[in-house]
Amino acid sequence: MVAIYVLLGLMIVGAIVAIEVKNLLSAVVALGTVGLMMSILFLLMKAPDVAITLLVVEILAVIILIRATIKRDVEVPEEKDRPIGGLIALAFLLVLTLVSAGAFGELPPFGEPQMRVASYYLDQGYSLEGEPGGTGAANVVASVILDYRAYDTLGEATVLFTAVVGVLAVMRKVGRKKDRLATAKEPTEEGGSA
Amino acid sequence: MAVYVLCMVLFCVGIYAVVSKRNLIRIIIGIMISENAVNLFFIATAYRIGGRSPIFSPLTDVQNMVDPLPHALVLTAIVIGLATTALMVALAMRLHEKYGTFDIAQIRELRG
Repeated sequence: MVAIYVLLGLMIVGAIVAIEVKNLLSAVVALGTVGLMMSILFLLMKAPDVAITLLVVEILAVIILIRATIKRDVEVPEEKDRPIGGLIALAFLLVLTLVSAGAFGELPPFGEPQMRVASYYLDQGYSLEGEPGGTGAANVVASVILDYRAYDTLGEATVLFTAVVGVLAVMRKVGRKKDRLATAKEPTEEGGSA
Repeated sequence: MAVYVLCMVLFCVGIYAVVSKRNLIRIIIGIMISENAVNLFFIATAYRIGGRSPIFSPLTDVQNMVDPLPHALVLTAIVIGLATTALMVALAMRLHEKYGTFDIAQIRELRG
C-alpha cells in the first residue's frame, strides 16, 4: 500500500520534470521513467497483462519521440511561456482537482470494487469440469477482450489501421516533389527549411 | 480516495503542459501523461486490497479476484494511445520539416 503512494508521488515528480526541463531529450527520458513506474504500479495493482503491454508501448513511444527530437534539439529556441496564462491554467486546474475530489468521494472506496458486470465474467469463466457455457479461457482479461467485447477490439484494430495510414500519408515523400518545386520558385517564403 | 486524487494531480500536470507550453513535443508529452493518468485511474478503481490477478487456476478463489473489466478496456486504450502518439509525432515532424521550428507561436506567424 505504501509502495503505491511512493510510486505515484515519483510519477508526479517525473511528470513535472518532463514538462519543465529545458532539454527536450531529457524530457523524453523523464517521460520514459514515468511510464516505467506506471508499469510497476500496474503490476502491484494485479494487472500483469496491462503492465506488459504498457512496458512495450512506452518503449515504442520513447523511441518514436527520440526519433523526432534527436536531430532537431539544437534548433529549438528558448521557450517563452506565458506567465499570466500559466497562472490562470494553474488556478483552473486547482479548482478542477478540488471539484473532482468531491466527485471521487461518491465512488466506491479504493480497494473495494463493486464488480457488477465483472462478476458475470468471473462466474462464466473457465470451468475445470469442461461444462458448457464458459469461455474456456483461463485469463479473464483475454476472454473479455477476445470474446465478450470482440467488437471493441475490432474497433481498436480499425483505429490502429487508420493511424498507420495517417502516418504514412503524412510522412511519405513520393507525392511531395511538385510541392517542393512550387516552393522553390517562390524563394520569399521560409528559405532553407528543407 | 487519495490514490484517485493523486491520479487527478497527474492528469492536471499533463493538461498544464498542453495549455501553457509552446513546444510541440512538450505538448505531445503532456497528452501522453494525461492518457497514462486516466489509464492508471481505471486500474486503481479495479484494484481490490489483497486481491489476485484475474487468471484462473485450480487454487484460486473467485471471490478474491480484482475486477477484470477495466483491465480489458485499458489494454485497448493503451494501444490506441500509442497509435495516436505516432500520428501526433508524425505531424510534428512534418511541421518541423516545413517551418523549421517546433514553436507553435512561430508556426502561427509563418502561416500561408
